[in-house]
Amino acid sequence: MSDLLQMLDMPFFRRALAAAALIGFTNGFVSGFVLLRRSSLTLSALSHTLLPGIVVVVLITGVLNQAGAFTGALLASLIVGIASITVTRYTRLPQSTAIAIFYTAAVALGVILIPYAHTSQNLEQWLFGTIQTMGDTDLKVFFGIACFTLMSSTLFMRPLLLTLFEPNVAAVQGVNVRRMNYLLYTLMIFALMASFQAVGPILSIGLLVAPGAIISLFTNNTKWLFWGGGIIGCVAAVLAVIISIPLNIPTGPAIVLVLGTLFLLAYISVTSRKFHSNTSS
Amino acid sequence: MKHLIILQEGVEMSNCKHVHTEGQTHQLLVNNLEVAYRSDTVLKDINLSAHCGSSLALVGPNGAGKSTLLKSIAGLIEPKTGRITWAGEDNVKCRGGEFAYLPQHEKVNWDFPITVQGVVEMGRYSQLGAWGKFTKKDDLAIERALDLMEMNGELAQRQISELSGGQKQRAFIARAIAQEAHVLLLDEPFTGLDREHTANLSRLLRKLTKENRLVIASHHDINTLTDTFDQILLLNRIVIAMGECRDTLTEENLNLTFKHASHV
Repeated sequence: MSDLLQMLDMPFFRRALAAAALIGFTNGFVSGFVLLRRSSLTLSALSHTLLPGIVVVVLITGVLNQAGAFTGALLASLIVGIASITVTRYTRLPQSTAIAIFYTAAVALGVILIPYAHTSQNLEQWLFGTIQTMGDTDLKVFFGIACFTLMSSTLFMRPLLLTLFEPNVAAVQGVNVRRMNYLLYTLMIFALMASFQAVGPILSIGLLVAPGAIISLFTNNTKWLFWGGGIIGCVAAVLAVIISIPLNIPTGPAIVLVLGTLFLLAYISVTSRKFHSNTSS
Repeated sequence: MKHLIILQEGVEMSNCKHVHTEGQTHQLLVNNLEVAYRSDTVLKDINLSAHCGSSLALVGPNGAGKSTLLKSIAGLIEPKTGRITWAGEDNVKCRGGEFAYLPQHEKVNWDFPITVQGVVEMGRYSQLGAWGKFTKKDDLAIERALDLMEMNGELAQRQISELSGGQKQRAFIARAIAQEAHVLLLDEPFTGLDREHTANLSRLLRKLTKENRLVIASHHDINTLTDTFDQILLLNRIVIAMGECRDTLTEENLNLTFKHASHV
């Protein structure tokens, strides 16, 4: 405990905790939408595509910085997303198949190109998160993303839920379904960009899926799916920072591991409760 | 399905309100409607007129275009040619309160963490808008819808994924009723219902018609048509016949509707 108090005196640790809380909450909140939209697979594919994007930027520019990494990651995911939509439109292949082919090909290309990407920065750090090196500007960006997520999803919660439940019925009820879909994509991409820094592109989908999945095991209330997911994401990320820094293990993987453990515990708790209620009745 | 052009923009809540008042008649007009999915013409030369306080059954074989016609009326599909109006207004402007739409239930996300009551409450969102608070009136509309579909009590608090096929259908119909829309567009509303609930829904649709609503539903069972609907439209990509059930259900018309795969 005294070690923890001592560490709280260190600015980098305080910034890491604040970043973990903000990123964990935002991703946990948005994970409710990911779950209801049943888009975990697509997002997983897109998050993996961030890797070749970053590598290509390093190859072209010779440096690895935040702006370059974001641009490369965004362009790569856009190319894979648009390519899969195009294939789906002109063939009978489902989008999940098209996206699986493109993203694995993109990751393969990234893996082949990694040895040629010479940079003074640590590529591994980018691939698995850099939460310990957060600056004040990063924190302001995460705070902005968290505010935008909360405000827009609270303001448009009803039309968003109608769209996610059955888009045709939502449209007949007067919801502008296309705009709601754009809003959902924006929320997911913002959350992905935030988790990208915390846990890296490879593991970011874990932070964007697990909190909602955990809370969905306990509730039939959609409102709780979002707020509960946010709280779980926030607590798990903060806990992972507290555990990982003194133990000198990478924080990004620790966040995803804490969430994985929580999911396992939740699953055991729910199934054993069901088992007990079945045997007692 | 992926070739459908779904209209999803430019619609604000409650654009068009024609409160259903006893004795006041509003008309639905479909003029020269043609709908195509790319090069495949699904509906051609569709003309029909129906007014509130009546019920119309759409009857035809699989692929006849019944669901497409319902979606077109609901303003979900952009027609290639033709126009659909309700009470003189373009149908797309009437989304957001005037129409209630029941989709075929395999299209719905049944894993959604929501209770039956929650689903029915969603029906009130058109009236409440994005931010309006539930009032006593909304609570009564929800309670009435649940009562009418016998989904009250313990069933109302049940998670939707735990419902049987027929119960899911009843929950969704309750949602459409709670919406208190002027026009009910129901795609196969009797699917999955047992005999008792079929008879119950048939009575309910009659009651809604008497409340001056217009009910349009796709339907398969020719034997129960006259018990529920005033009018029938025999469809096989074109209108084969339309009129009172008794006059329209002739052997010749049924042969024309069901014995030819396609009329386009």
